Amino acid sequence: MSRRILFNVLQVLVVMGFSPLAMGVLNRLKEIVQSKRGPSIFQPYRDLWKLFSKDEVVPEESSWIFRVAPYIVFVAPIFVTLLIPVLTSYPLFWAFMDDMVGAGFVLALGGFFAALAAVDTANPYGPMGASRTRMVGFLAEPIFLIVFFTVSFVADSTIPFIVQQKWVTPPANFFAPSHILLLIAFVMLILAEKGRIPVDNPSGHFELAMIEESKDLEYSGQGAALMKWGGWMKFFVLMIVFLNVLLTPWGLAADLSWGAVLLAIPLVLAKMFLFVVFLVFVESSLAKLRLFRISEFMSAAFVIAVVAMITSAFTR
Amino acid sequence: MTVFENIPSTIANLNALAGGLFIIVTFGIVAVRQVRACLRFFILQSIFLAASAFLLGAGSFSVHLMAVGAINLVTKVWLLPWLLQRLIPEKVYTRREITQVVSIPTSLIIALVLTIAAYFLSLPWLQAAAAVGAPRINVPIGLAGLLLGAYTLTTRREAVPQLLGLLAMENGAFFAGVAIAPDLPLIAELALAFDILILAFVAGVLTHALHERIGTTAVSRLTNLREEPRE
Repeated sequence: MSRRILFNVLQVLVVMGFSPLAMGVLNRLKEIVQSKRGPSIFQPYRDLWKLFSKDEVVPEESSWIFRVAPYIVFVAPIFVTLLIPVLTSYPLFWAFMDDMVGAGFVLALGGFFAALAAVDTANPYGPMGASRTRMVGFLAEPIFLIVFFTVSFVADSTIPFIVQQKWVTPPANFFAPSHILLLIAFVMLILAEKGRIPVDNPSGHFELAMIEESKDLEYSGQGAALMKWGGWMKFFVLMIVFLNVLLTPWGLAADLSWGAVLLAIPLVLAKMFLFVVFLVFVESSLAKLRLFRISEFMSAAFVIAVVAMITSAFTR
Repeated sequence: MTVFENIPSTIANLNALAGGLFIIVTFGIVAVRQVRACLRFFILQSIFLAASAFLLGAGSFSVHLMAVGAINLVTKVWLLPWLLQRLIPEKVYTRREITQVVSIPTSLIIALVLTIAAYFLSLPWLQAAAAVGAPRINVPIGLAGLLLGAYTLTTRREAVPQLLGLLAMENGAFFAGVAIAPDLPLIAELALAFDILILAFVAGVLTHALHERIGTTAVSRLTNLREEPRE
C-alpha cells in the first residue's frame, strides 16, 4: 500500500520535472524545422529559475482572484496526475478518487480561474484573450464529453486505469473504428485546448491575435513562473492521457517493483518524443486558422467524435 | 447462410474502420469549401469503399468482392477524376468559398442528424444481420452516405460538388450493397460502373458548356430568368 502511494507521488514528480523538458524539445524541434538553431531544450528550466528569483508586480486594480489564480492553475494538473496512469498499468492509491470526467473538470477549473484572472486586470488584451479562450473552450466541451461517452460505452468504465487495457485486449480492438476516430478527435482537442497551431499560434507576440497567451500577460515573477509551469504540465497531462490511456498503453510498469516503474520513465518519455515529433510535423505544415474558422475546425472534431460514438454502437 | 459467417475479428474491425473513415470523408464532401478538395474527398471515399470490398472479400475468400473492389478502384479513383479534370476547366477547381445555402457548422450538424437517423432506420436490418453474422457496419454507413449525398445535392450551389454529391450517393448505395448482395452478377457491377462514367461524362460536358456560356459554374444563377450582365 505504501508503495502505491509512493508511486503515485513519483508520477507527480515525473510530470512536474519533465513537462518543461517536453516543451523545450517541442520548441527546439520547431526551430530546427524552420532551419534555425533554436534555444536549448533546457531553456524552459532556465526561464522558470529566472522568473522564480524575480520580484512580482501586482496591478493595483486587481482583486484576490489575480493572486490566487496561479496556484490553482499550477495545482490542477497535479491533481489530475494522481488519477491517470503515467507510469503504471495497474491502479495506484488515488486512482479511484475520480474518473475521466472529473479529471476534465479539474483541468477546466484551472482554465476558468486563468480566464477570471485575465478579466480581473485592467489590461484590455487580457479579457479579449480570455473571452476567445472561453469560445474555444465551450466549443471543445461537447467534444470532450462525447469522447468520454464513447470511452465509457466501449470500456464500461471511465476510470483511466481500466480504460487503457480495453483497446488492446484482444489486439484487434485497436482497429475498432470508434478507437481510431476517437484518437483523431482527441488530437484535434489537444491542439485546440492548448492553443497549438491550427487554432492559435503559441509563438506569436502580437496581442490582438493572441488566444491562449494573452491571459498571463500581466503576470510577473513567481506568478508568471507558476502560470507557465502549470500550462506546460496541463499539456504534458493531456499528452499522457492521449498516449497512455487512448493510443499506446504499452511500456508501462506491470508489477509493483521499483525497477519496472523506473524503467517506465524513459519508455514513456520516448513515446512522448514521438508524439512531439508528430506535433511538430502538424504545426509546421498547417497555417493558423482565422478566428471564425475555429468553429469549423471544432465542428469537424465534434463530427468525428460523434461518428466514433455511433460506430461503437454499430460494432458492439 | 451468407458468405460472411467466419470473418476474423481483425478484418471485421478494419472493415468497420473503413466504414468510419468513409462516413468522415462524406462529411468532408458535404462541408469543404474548395472544389478540388471536394473532388479529393470523393476519391478518398471511393478508396475506402474499395477497401471495404477488398477486406470483406479477403475475409470471406470471395473473388467476386475483390473484383468489385478492383472495378471501383479503376473507375472511381482513376478514370472518373481524370475525366472530370479533362472536361472541366482548371479555373473551376481552384475556386474557393463556394456559396452554400446553409453555413458549414450548421450543415455539419444536420449531416450528423442524418447519420443518426440512418442508424435508426437500419436497426431492423442490424438485428437480422446479427443473426446471420453479416458485417453490421455496412448498411447504416451506406445509408448515411446515401442521405449525405442527397443533402449535398440540395445545399451545394456549384455544378461539380453537386455531381460529386450524386456520385457520393451512389458510393453509399455500393457500400451497403457489398454487404447485402455479395453475389450480384459481375456484369451488373460492370454495367453500373460504366453508367457512372457516362453520368460523369454528361455532367462534365454540361458543366463545361455552362462555364463557357455564363463564365461560372454556380448553378444558382440559372434560376435567374432576366438578362444580367456578366460578372
